Amino acid sequence: MKSYDAIVVGAGHNGLTNAAYLAKSGLNVLCVEKNDYIGGATVSRNLYKDWFYSNCSYVCSLLRPEIYRDLELSRHGLQVTPYGGGAVFMENGDFLGSYADHEVHYREYARFSKADADAYERYSADVMRQCKFIREFLLRTPPDPASFKPKDLKELAYLGAKFVEMGEERMYDTIRFWTQSVAEYLDEYFETDVIKAALSGSGIIGTALGIHSPGTAYVLLHHYMGEVDGNIGAWGYARGGTGAVAEALSKSFQSYGGELRTVSGVEQILVKNGKTAGVALSTGEEISAPIVVSAMDVKNTFLKCMDKNDLDETFYNRVKNFKIRGSSGKVNIALDGRPSFPALPKGSPLLDGDMHFIDSMERMERAYDDWKDGTWSKDPYIDMVLPTVTDPTMAPPGKHFMSCFVQYCPAKIEGRDWTEEEKEQFGETVIDQIAQYSPDFKDLILHMEVRTPSTIEDEIGITEGNIFHGELTMDQLLFNRPIPGYAQYRGPVGGLYMCGSSNHPGGGIMAAPGCNAAREILTDLKRPDITPVNFGDD
Amino acid sequence: MSERYDAIVIGAGHNGLVCASLLGKAGKKLLVLEANDQVGGAAVTREFAEGYSSSACAHLLYQLQPQVEKDLGLKIKLAADDIGTLSLGTGGEHVRINGDTVSGVSEDDATSYREFYKRMTRFSDLLRTYFNRTPARLAKDASKADMLNLAQLGFDVRRLGRTEMQEFLRLIGMNIRDELVERFDSSLLRGALSLDAVLGTHLGPRSPNTILTYLYRLAGQHGKLSQPAGGMSMVTDALAQSARGNGAVIRTGMAAKRIVIDAGRVRGVETQGGEIFESNMVVSNADPVSTMMCLVGTKNLETGFTRRVSHIRMRGNAAKLHLALDGLPTIDGVHKREFGERFVIAPDEVYVERAFNHAKYGETSEKPAIEISFPTFRDTSLAPAGKHVLSAIVQYAPWELRAGWSDETRDAFQQVVVDTMTDYMPDLAGRITASELLTPADIEKQFHINGGHWHHGELALDQFLFTRPIGGSQQYRMPIDGLWLCGAGAHPGGGVSGAPGRNAARAILKQEKSA
Repeated sequence: MKSYDAIVVGAGHNGLTNAAYLAKSGLNVLCVEKNDYIGGATVSRNLYKDWFYSNCSYVCSLLRPEIYRDLELSRHGLQVTPYGGGAVFMENGDFLGSYADHEVHYREYARFSKADADAYERYSADVMRQCKFIREFLLRTPPDPASFKPKDLKELAYLGAKFVEMGEERMYDTIRFWTQSVAEYLDEYFETDVIKAALSGSGIIGTALGIHSPGTAYVLLHHYMGEVDGNIGAWGYARGGTGAVAEALSKSFQSYGGELRTVSGVEQILVKNGKTAGVALSTGEEISAPIVVSAMDVKNTFLKCMDKNDLDETFYNRVKNFKIRGSSGKVNIALDGRPSFPALPKGSPLLDGDMHFIDSMERMERAYDDWKDGTWSKDPYIDMVLPTVTDPTMAPPGKHFMSCFVQYCPAKIEGRDWTEEEKEQFGETVIDQIAQYSPDFKDLILHMEVRTPSTIEDEIGITEGNIFHGELTMDQLLFNRPIPGYAQYRGPVGGLYMCGSSNHPGGGIMAAPGCNAAREILTDLKRPDITPVNFGDD
Repeated sequence: MSERYDAIVIGAGHNGLVCASLLGKAGKKLLVLEANDQVGGAAVTREFAEGYSSSACAHLLYQLQPQVEKDLGLKIKLAADDIGTLSLGTGGEHVRINGDTVSGVSEDDATSYREFYKRMTRFSDLLRTYFNRTPARLAKDASKADMLNLAQLGFDVRRLGRTEMQEFLRLIGMNIRDELVERFDSSLLRGALSLDAVLGTHLGPRSPNTILTYLYRLAGQHGKLSQPAGGMSMVTDALAQSARGNGAVIRTGMAAKRIVIDAGRVRGVETQGGEIFESNMVVSNADPVSTMMCLVGTKNLETGFTRRVSHIRMRGNAAKLHLALDGLPTIDGVHKREFGERFVIAPDEVYVERAFNHAKYGETSEKPAIEISFPTFRDTSLAPAGKHVLSAIVQYAPWELRAGWSDETRDAFQQVVVDTMTDYMPDLAGRITASELLTPADIEKQFHINGGHWHHGELALDQFLFTRPIGGSQQYRMPIDGLWLCGAGAHPGGGVSGAPGRNAARAILKQEKSA
């Protein structure tokens, strides 16, 4: 039986980040992946001719720059190109643009409402303040409020101090921001329906909640707290597709001597005498290691890959009740050319960004009602991008790749599995909504891949295909993530760790959980902490 | 020549009366101005048809704080104590809930419910402690008392013990639906509990936050329901008597027009009739929006403050139905002697959620969720002999009805409600001799509550504790010298609890002592 110092289960971006840090520290590390490709949902796949599909995650912003620099991802080939622009197409033929240029953006909002254009300045400043607050904590391990250990008390005090530093009014604002719905939050700034609709999307992406559900204002942060080249809130594409992030991480990992094995799904995490002993692969092979780090979501880790008898009953039940809900789907399309959108002037920079087709708050909320009723939204919120406009390497010259993120899409239809026919209808729903604004779009389609939460689960393994590995609701954030008492990346069995997005600070290609888990492991091993510290904001 | 008082309370609702009585007890010369002809605000008994009376808004008492009763030496005569709940099912199968016991469900559910109730009441006890205190101010330079208050909160949460503390911190932001679905198989039980969590709010069972609203409900008497003899006026009349006993002058039919402010400080109150009463202290039992926007006026306020107040969410969603009946209706599977219980029509949590869907778009529910009581069963004083009253709280009827509230829309909704109840009480329609439906628009008009919201502001985590009514004004004191808030818009919120009124009085007296 082969043995290692540590085995990381799952070669998604967090697994690879974690493995890279452990290897960098000098440990003999094996990273195992069930698929024949790495990356998990951080992947590019060649599914049609010369097209590379970012068929799960499709944009990049949250990746912590500290990790990017520390693991030399640039040297290992990762390049993130920012993109700007974006538009919401309106039913009345008009559109709402989102411009990278501040002055132009102001004028665009003022076209609808002068007050809203002014309010946008206040809104941006307020959201940025919240971003700066949370950014402090991305590369830190949450304290356990139920513990009396000096480390936890110190971290709690740190959190408290940062909070108090904001000043009295801002503290109240912060409490409200963390508890409010995105709709109510936006109501406090804006009066124009389409502007609110445009901004509210970021509060529900990947979330099984509607824009009116309390707690969704916080989700905004997961779309604003990232950066590209130091521009906070900016978004970009990894050149060559999202898989480039995983490729660079894996090269970094291997450069530190780490070993990577694909087509090696873990059947079970082995426990002997109350301690982690290694893993059993689905091939029957057993590999031993005193440390096993799971990059899978918590449900997969504990409900599928562990023996129930090795787990405490309360713990087991809490994992069972952890909420990972399939709420979004994906439609990926190979296009013969660039579709036109007559509502916008040809060559408009808005066409380079993300496009949306829901222009009112009511339509946003109604999309959620369909999901609650156990079906996909008949008038869905689509986040549509053409990465090939910015990064032509993903498709042959003149051709394009289109990624449509679709909200809401349930894991099951009224409690039962999707039929092929329904999957097709779901694809049609998406195509039809876009075609309303692009007359030549349908004719340009060469190939299309429709992904429901269950397709994603079957392929990648994430429970219900949830992009965050678990809802970002208050009961599952910070010291409650993934479950109370286990927010410090340690599993309930000695030697077992968790480094996936089910852990603080959550999903998106951030790599923070992977890095934070490595820090805790190194601490337990009494090895020097080589993980990076927060760069800090100005 | 106008009269001078030490303090003027605007509004003789239950909180205004509690506050007035306590201030009077401390020796202040007090005037209470009430717009309506009857004291009690929304906590009153009114005759809605000849010979038939009912509590106008809240019809059951479960939140009155024991501290209030104790401080004022109140004796509330009850027509019924310990009222149980029947969650109505079809085919005569109902679920009966009382305290920590439930019948009509599986053994597992009954056990699980007992555990659920035990945990929830434990958490609500913790909240109750804080409901009877002024929330701390969050600031670097907060007072020692505030720091102590916060530390105590942290200490109390920790004292729950590791597991329960974790559960508390997890559950407090959660929705009730998830917790119920995880625990119970019985849909009628899930339905009844989810309705309890959303009554009076603009939330559905799937909205995060509804565990908090459920706990809020339990934070008075652990959810134990009682019915005051003679309806809600029994409570407010007793409070008025207590206030008068403590020297307060209560003048009804005197609506406040404005709070007189001079050089940034309160000087008195001017009534709609043009009378001016002088005082250096005004305590408003009106909701915060009415108080600030109408009675004070934005010209006297700082813009940031105005903006925050104008964003307080207070759109009412509950309607109140009163029916005069020539006899009790029949309900399949319900014995005649059980009509003193509370009935709920909420067959499951999905039903309640679907009812809520309409409210989000400014429509009334097609199939509303309803809480029903027959007050006359235990209290014959409310109707002619042998006749009965049906009193129902109906969710959801949004204040901002898209079609607008008119006699037609009101009648149409009343028909929907009666039809829904007829599914369970087939002979109901034939027994109705008179009726009254109060929509949130009616409640707004008749009881002067902005948005017709019973809680004077949505009860949600973002408008709770430190941020109720708005952050920085959670200590009952408004940013104008001499102006205080004592109504449900202040901490902890609505319900016939008396807590905001008592807390405000204590905050006022404490401030004077330290001054």
